[in-house]
Parts: sequence; C-alpha cells; structure tokens
Amino acid sequence: MSASAAAGDSVHREAAMPMGRASGAEGDGRLLLDIADLHVEFGTLQRPVRAVDGIDLSIAPAEVVGLVGESGSGKSVTALALLDLVEAPGRVRAKRMVFGRRDLLTAPVDERRAIAGRDIAMIFQDPLASLDPCYTVGYQLDEALRLHGNERERASASVRRDRALELLRHVEIADPGARLRAYPHQLSGGMAQRVMIAMAIAGRPQLLIADEPTTALDVTVQAQVLALLMRLRDELRMAVLLITHDLAVVAETADRVVVMYAGQVMEMGPVPQLFDAPRHPYTRALLDALPEHNVGRARLRTIRGVVPGAFDRPAGCLLAPRCEFATELCVAERPALTGDGSRSVRCHFPL
Amino acid sequence: MNESSRLLEARDLVRHYRVSKGFMRGTTVVRALDGVSFTLEHGRTLAVVGESGCGKSTLARQVTMIETPTAGELLLDGQDVAHAGRALRTRLRPQVQMVFQNPYASLNPRRTVGALLEEPLEIHRRGTRGERRDGALAMMDKVGLRREHYGRYPHMFSGGQRQRIAVARALMLDPRLVVADEPTSALDVSIQAQVLNLLLDLQQEFGIAYLFIAHNLQVVRHIADTVLVMYLGKGVEQGPKEAIFARPLHPYTQALFASTPRLGRSRRTAGATAPSEPPSPLDAISGCAFRTRCPRAIDRCVVDVPAPRKIGSLTVACHRADE
Repeated sequence: MSASAAAGDSVHREAAMPMGRASGAEGDGRLLLDIADLHVEFGTLQRPVRAVDGIDLSIAPAEVVGLVGESGSGKSVTALALLDLVEAPGRVRAKRMVFGRRDLLTAPVDERRAIAGRDIAMIFQDPLASLDPCYTVGYQLDEALRLHGNERERASASVRRDRALELLRHVEIADPGARLRAYPHQLSGGMAQRVMIAMAIAGRPQLLIADEPTTALDVTVQAQVLALLMRLRDELRMAVLLITHDLAVVAETADRVVVMYAGQVMEMGPVPQLFDAPRHPYTRALLDALPEHNVGRARLRTIRGVVPGAFDRPAGCLLAPRCEFATELCVAERPALTGDGSRSVRCHFPL
Repeated sequence: MNESSRLLEARDLVRHYRVSKGFMRGTTVVRALDGVSFTLEHGRTLAVVGESGCGKSTLARQVTMIETPTAGELLLDGQDVAHAGRALRTRLRPQVQMVFQNPYASLNPRRTVGALLEEPLEIHRRGTRGERRDGALAMMDKVGLRREHYGRYPHMFSGGQRQRIAVARALMLDPRLVVADEPTSALDVSIQAQVLNLLLDLQQEFGIAYLFIAHNLQVVRHIADTVLVMYLGKGVEQGPKEAIFARPLHPYTQALFASTPRLGRSRRTAGATAPSEPPSPLDAISGCAFRTRCPRAIDRCVVDVPAPRKIGSLTVACHRADE
C-alpha cells in the first residue's frame, strides 16, 4: 500500500492543494462529503450479497456524524467504500460521491489513493492490531508524514521528527520523546489509540473515520479518547464519522446520527432529538433494549428475531419480520427514506 | 445474613504471580489479587467491575478452581477451596461453571451442539449415553434452542445463539455458581437484552448464583444484587447495588460512573473522569493504590493504606469517603 500511495503523491499535490484545509469554501454551507445511493455488493452478479443497499450520507465540515447499527448492518463497509478499500469481487456503485470539490466516482485511482489516508483518515477498533509490531512509534509516525505530510515534511527528516513530537503532544501523550522510541507492545491500549490518532491527523485530514475507536478500551480511557477526538475536531476543524454500536457514545459526542439496519438507512436526525423522539420503530426498539431504559423492570425489552441474512432479505421493509407494528403493506412494499434535510425516516408508519 | 445463606465467601484472598522483568533482569511479583473479601448468597448476583488489569479475571480463575490462591480463604458452601486437596477440588468443580466473553472463541468449532453440551457430563461420568442426550435436549429447550439444533455446528449460529449454547453448556452439571466473564460485551444491544433476560430467567428457575464480571455499568445496574469495585487487585468499594448507584463513595467508583457514556447527556455536560490510565501492576505504589489518579488525594494517602470500613450499607477503602 505504501509504495502505490507514494507513487500517487505527485499527482495528489496538484489536486489537493487548492482544497487546503483553511479554504474559505468550508464556511459557505457546502458539504464536505456528499454520497447518494451508495451500493456495495459482494458475491456473484446472479446472487449478490447487498452489504450496503442504497445509502445516502452527507457530512458538513467539522461535523460529527454517528453511524450506528448492529453487526452486519453495513457501517464498516460504508467506510471502506469511501476510502476505495473494497476489494474485488466487491463492487461499489453510487449515484454521487463527492468529497470537497472532488468527484470520487470519476477521480483516477492515483488521486483516490492519495485522498485516502491524507484527506480522509481512519482509525480502527483495535489499535494494537493496526500498528506494526516490528517498528517503533517514531518510525510509523515518520512513515505517515513521508506519505501524507506537507511539502516541507516530505522533504526533511528533521522537520518530520519535530512534527511527530508535536503530534504526540497534540494527542496528550506524556514524554513524547521516549514514546517515539517505543514499540507498540510497550503501549497500553489507550496510548496505542492515541498514537493511531496522531498518525491519522498527520496528513491534516478534513474527515476522520473512527470505526469503533473505543470499543476495546476501558470506560475511563474511552471517555478520555472521546474527549480528545472532540477537542481535535474543534481545533483542526475536522469532521468525524463515528462508527459504533454504542448508542450512548453517539448520544454524547455526535451532532447527527444515522441509524443503519441491514445495509439501509432507517432513520437520520440530529442529536438529541433523534434519541428523545425516535420516529422509526427500529431506533425505538434499540433504545428500549438498553438497560438504562428498563430501570425497575425485571426483564429487558428485546427485538424478536435476528438481522436478515444475505439470502433471506425481506421483499418489503427490511425490519418487517421483527417489527411489532408491521402490516401487510410493510411486508409487501419497501418504504422509501422520506423527510427533509435534517430529519428523515424509512417507514410506512413512522412513530 | 446468616452463615447458611452464603454460597461463596472470600476472606482476604491473595493471588500473586512471579513474572520475569526481562532477559537477565530477574523476576518480580505481580499482586494480581491483593486481599479481596466478599460474600455471595445463594441465587444472587455479585457484579465485579473495574478496569483491565484490576484482577477481575484472576478472581474468576480462583473461584472456578483453575488456580490455587496464594493466601487467604475461599469458602464454597463453608468448605475451604483455597486449601482443599485434589480430590475435594475435583468434587467441588462441577458446582462452579463459567461463561466466557466471546462465544466465537469459547465453543469448539469441530463439535456439534449436542456434543458440546454432553461433554461436561462425559468428563464427570454422569449418566448413560441416552441420559446425556436427553439432558442436552432438555437444556436446549430451557435456553431457547430448538431440538433440530442438536446436530449443528457453532458456525451455523449467530453470536446471541452461540452465547445461549455457552450458557447451556455451563448449566449441564447443575452448578450452584456460574462465573460470567463479560458475557454480553461482544454482543449487539438487542442480543445483549435477550441474553441478560435468559440469565435472569435461569437464575429464577434454578436458583443459580452469578459472579458477573462486567465493565458496562448499565448492565451491572440491571442484573446485580451487590457490586464489588476493584482497583489494582483490591476491593475499593462494595455493597448493595441500590446504595452504590445512588451515591458511590469511593473517588474511583465516582470516576467510573462519570466516565460511563449516557443517553441524554451531551459532551458539554460530561463530568470529570479519572485522568490517565491505570498504573502497571508491576509498579509498587505506597499508600492508597488509586492516589496517583485521585483528584482528592492528600498526604495521608501516600503513606497509609486505607483499610476497608463500613459507611452506611457500603464498605469503602478510602480515607476521605466520609467527608
């Protein structure tokens, strides 16, 4: 990956420069990311597995969007499609896929490679699995800067070293000089996630995709890492796509929530309105299943059944077999996502 | 609480491990469990909470008799497990069973559900082949698995269904205590609710006690009767769930609660949490182990190890808990 990314670098310089992060275009209501009707399919053409089935997703500059849903709902695949990391035989198609002023659908491979990692960065659930155990933190940060840094950083090792120290300080790592010489196994989980974040922001991204960034961490460390992400968003004016199954984490950090189910967007809306008054039965059922919404009850409320598998997708509403309000219409006909720009829901009979 | 209602009692339980400090650097002692005391009544649930490295899983290994404690007493129904001989431990082991966090790792992929459920009975030489099969089918019925699942393999099930298999397997020997180590943290919210309901139903039906290890405090609040908060091998606060959730007294418990994300709270109002991360268990800390991260630490905390003391219905190890 590093060789091809380096090859794409010169192309990227021209393409990326006008879109510098200080550009005034961010303030005029333009979207940073605008995706319409994204499909990701795996398997054969005859019997495709629809991992992502026509989702719309938009993110404004410096906005924090929470993408929630159960396992298999297509959250992570959406992120991978965004970074052009879906490998054959996976197929990605969309009506529109615009990042900043660049059309990702028509951009040449080199340019997309360059955008991934620099303008759109990503961190993952298990930081220790994402770092290379054979190289020091300093080496891996230096590599990120060699590939994604600005011109001065790409040219000079000492500039890169200074920037690496600054990045570690930025993510609140104590004694950054010593940490540069550390190997990943010498880091705690929280520290490793901070290093991952430092590498992710090395290229001054406009969008950070955080895929379950705190799921493997203790609650105390989770709170610190989330606070750090929010601080970086404010300071760097960086948008964050927070992918998680933890509704409470989203409630505390996101500006807006997108609820996914079986590859489709079920409901979308601002926080806290979406949590206070969910309009889709699925969102409501998810919230009702949380222990904190069942205080004083002997039994937790559950959602009957399981997420539909690849080959038993209902013809009508995907939730119909599990929905307590489902009617014949729901079984027969799939509802469309309707609503205005801020709040939308995919249901024949919204709550 | 009278003696006979106690199923499990730990008195000053200690487990130390000798670990290498590195090549040619000798060894040092990790105090994974450093004097933990608690009681668990029949048919009740004790939740153990704390950050990774606090000794939760070490505690589980002592209680399930996989390891022998270094010191202290561990009484199961009045019999000391810690100093028991091999024969007695073998006899006691079926009474304590375990459910693990990850049902994708804890079930042998090469064995059918039926074989997985009958294995504990085979090991402890119970019943004939026909009786074991009947026992497995009856248990599958109890945990909500269908009879046709008997011949299937774990990969054919979802995470929630697998955890049902794991629970069924733990119950095959009719245990009185089940140690559940984060049984729902690998599961989705809706599935978590199903598994928690199942655990509570089975508790009612069979009168099993749970030692429930968890880090999700909302889950603990739902399922526990009593709560034990651990920090670096010591119990720092314990008592009835209602009291500890109404007003936690130890600064560490307070930090854990403040760190727990909640619906209906924006980050702007999110309270202060414990700074930094837990220190390495290899570093010896004088006085109170939490003082390096405690916002309320005073000089006394550096020299004096706080002894657990009773305040109201809670037992707290903090010099400043009653201020």
